[in-house]
Amino acid sequence: MQLTLWTYEGPPHIGAMRIATAMDGLHYVLHAPQGDTYADLLFTMIERRNARPPVTYTTFQARDLGGDTAELFKTAAAEAYARFQPKAMIVGASCTAELIQDDPGGLAKALALPIPVIPLELPSYQKKENWGASETFYQIVRNLAQPRREAEVNPRSCNILGPTALGFRHRDDLTEIVKLLESLGITVNVVAPLDATPDDIRRIPEAAFNVVLYPETAETAGRWLERNFKQPMTTIVPIGVSATRDFIAQVAQLAGLDPQAALAAGESRLPWYSRSVDSTYLTGKRVFIFGDATHALAAARIAKEELGFEVVGLGTYSREFARPVREAATKLGLEALITDDYLEVEAKVAELQPELVLGTQMERHIAKKLGFPCAVISAPVHVQDFPARYSPQMGFEGANVIFDCWVHPLMMGLEEHLLHMFRNDFEFNDKAAASHLGHGASKPSAPGAAANSTAGGWASEAERELQKVPFFVRGKARRNTERFAAERGITLITIETLYDAKAHYSR
Amino acid sequence: MNLPFRAPTSTSCNDIPVLRERGQREVFCGLTGIVWLHRKIQDAFFLVVGSRTCAHLIQSAAGVMIFAEPRFATAIIDERDLAGLSEIDAELDRVVNRLLERRPDIKMLFLVGSCPSEVIKLDLKRAASRLSQIHSPKVRVLNYSGSGIETTFTQGEDACLAALVPFSPLPANGYVPPLLVAGALSDVAEDQFRRIFAEMGLPDVAFLPARTAAAMPAIGPGQKYLLAQPFLNDTARALEERGATHIPAPFPLGAEGTTGWFKAAADAFNIPESKLRAATEAGHIRAKLALEPHREMLAGKRIFFFPDSQLEIPLARFVSQELGMEPIEVGTPYLQRTHLAQEIGQLPAGTVVSEGQDVEKQLDRCREAKPDLVVCGLGLANPLEAEGFTTKWSIELVFTPIHGYEQAGDLARLFSRPMDRRTRLGV
Repeated sequence: MQLTLWTYEGPPHIGAMRIATAMDGLHYVLHAPQGDTYADLLFTMIERRNARPPVTYTTFQARDLGGDTAELFKTAAAEAYARFQPKAMIVGASCTAELIQDDPGGLAKALALPIPVIPLELPSYQKKENWGASETFYQIVRNLAQPRREAEVNPRSCNILGPTALGFRHRDDLTEIVKLLESLGITVNVVAPLDATPDDIRRIPEAAFNVVLYPETAETAGRWLERNFKQPMTTIVPIGVSATRDFIAQVAQLAGLDPQAALAAGESRLPWYSRSVDSTYLTGKRVFIFGDATHALAAARIAKEELGFEVVGLGTYSREFARPVREAATKLGLEALITDDYLEVEAKVAELQPELVLGTQMERHIAKKLGFPCAVISAPVHVQDFPARYSPQMGFEGANVIFDCWVHPLMMGLEEHLLHMFRNDFEFNDKAAASHLGHGASKPSAPGAAANSTAGGWASEAERELQKVPFFVRGKARRNTERFAAERGITLITIETLYDAKAHYSR
Repeated sequence: MNLPFRAPTSTSCNDIPVLRERGQREVFCGLTGIVWLHRKIQDAFFLVVGSRTCAHLIQSAAGVMIFAEPRFATAIIDERDLAGLSEIDAELDRVVNRLLERRPDIKMLFLVGSCPSEVIKLDLKRAASRLSQIHSPKVRVLNYSGSGIETTFTQGEDACLAALVPFSPLPANGYVPPLLVAGALSDVAEDQFRRIFAEMGLPDVAFLPARTAAAMPAIGPGQKYLLAQPFLNDTARALEERGATHIPAPFPLGAEGTTGWFKAAADAFNIPESKLRAATEAGHIRAKLALEPHREMLAGKRIFFFPDSQLEIPLARFVSQELGMEPIEVGTPYLQRTHLAQEIGQLPAGTVVSEGQDVEKQLDRCREAKPDLVVCGLGLANPLEAEGFTTKWSIELVFTPIHGYEQAGDLARLFSRPMDRRTRLGV
């Protein structure tokens, strides 16, 4: 039994819904109690989809449990087929139906519907949403993929696997990557599951190789296709400038093309923006990164190599992908935080006191509470993660988007400089809100601004000296000085102690 | 001036056809009630004993992450717990201990049953009593079920309040407040009601639930109770078992509903009409005034209710009687005839009341009827908007303060705003 305040992932049948909702002509019949239909609103409200997810729920109640819930399932499946006329069906159970063991797969088979019916076994008490999405996609591919006609395989063709409904920026990533592949002269055979029909799934083996955009949802299917159809797959996720360049090299090699033209043409503003002098202030900013494995790994590389940040924490809730995250953390001299316990992440952020948090909506909340700037890099998604504008994370345009999204929560370099210069100005001081928070913004909750603690005992002249430190780093200076004093058993903090601590912590 | 008090109409509703359906239900389960109950009872914590689905549901229904550390959580049952029931008690104790250590401010803990906990027959009543002994007197531990197999949406509140009743204090001298109002109300509406009751000559009115665990009201013989919400069947039964008696009344929505509600209380306590009028007249007039602009926009418009909160019948009464709208179909998950007698009687002839749901068939009827406004859940609203319908998401009718005179205009606005928006948009 696990105490859970907030969850990063839903149950596995939500993952199955993300696949079903992404596709066309596929229907999901879910054996589930009344109430499980809440899941529809994830798609209609958060993602603003204009149609209901293609899911029929049996919505059994207590009075049905004494009767025949199996019959209820059969009726629901038969009616769903008659009404929606899908080209294929997936059937399964949510957590409660799993306990009553009605065997949706067997029941649906008994209906002898004239379409493929794919049973799903998604153990709700062990697994979670991303695993459920991955398993569902794998089962659909496995059940529908048709034998490959070798003669017809275009060596410069690929499938794009992984984008789902309710995915973090999947819609725009897909547009960006299709454009990139086409500019290389590669034909996209099938994109799946997003907007794919069961017939499209049948044609997957006709491409030369697979682009696995999101390993969380498509790596299992990709590996199966690799084994059974000798379709190699990409292993690089093109998030960030360097990763995009590596990705181009990898797909060019898989397609037997020369990547040089595409690499030369590929342009992102990120490298120049990062080198421009205003970005100097980004140097060594301490960032904490948490998200699904794909986005956390990509963020760590971008943060270190492309923005010159210092990664002080890296973690993921994707236990299935803990290994690569651990490896990446080790290379950064860190121990990865592998957890789906939001409280543990919060404790870590509070301990590390980063200058920027890159995380999910959960970390946005943690950061807000603790007063740190934050940018969202990964699911679980929020209505804000489906912006009206084009906003990919992948490819060169994605790198531009990332530069803006990560840097804007921070104070601009020139602004930081001016604040320092005019810190004693009558209206340009710590009582006035910083301009980037807009007019009428309340007093900024700079890190540590709330720390009124006089622990450690500040001499009054030291306290006055502390007030001369710019307000946005004053909290940090106070904490560092107090830690420095505590470690040395200094009971009264003087001006000397303040500057000793400053020297000690200056890097 | 004569206020248009309506005499209670016949409790018979034979002239209103009721369509009963079974099929896919597009409704929340009772766990969702936690979202407003935990705001109402300020030192209570709600611990769902359930699955990851339960945790995900509450988090999604609560609008992702409104509160940094909310006073609700889920003890997620995993495969190890399912392997042998004997360990679950120890696991639950461990989780509750961890929780109460983190939150010393908690005075009341609800163990909330879910579909999985019901199916595996986890005895939360026994667990609550065991944990209560351990943590008493600091924390009282109660239990109720919010499972989808037993409760629909607002029935979770019913189950919660019904669980509170047996634990309400019974003073030694036997004194109980003469009037009790049952049903979670917004604090602002509750305070307004308290003032009006006092002016009527009823200064000691108790509200269930109270805002803190220690303030839960005494309940006992001689007490009369009014329902503020139409979905409190089990709570009403529990109150009767404690010796309280029901005052039949309409629900305090809109000017007429609110006046009818206070009038029922006045009649039950033999309060003269002049005194009732003095206490309610100003509010009634203000409410009418507030409704007027909305009535202009909504009169004659046809409205279709999908089942959601069981508030549908009183709301349909309100929009037809006070805003001049024409209800086509009024869906409700359950039709509680006893408590809704006065409301059903006032629905216009020809209104179809439907109980239960087969969502696909109901959508067919809705498309066929082409109403001007559809009241429905969040799963249906955007798809219907995309089909060209104007919709009002029903959950807002539960989360927004809508009761009483001063909120009548706000309630009407919930219906008029979607229509208003349609007329403004040029894209």
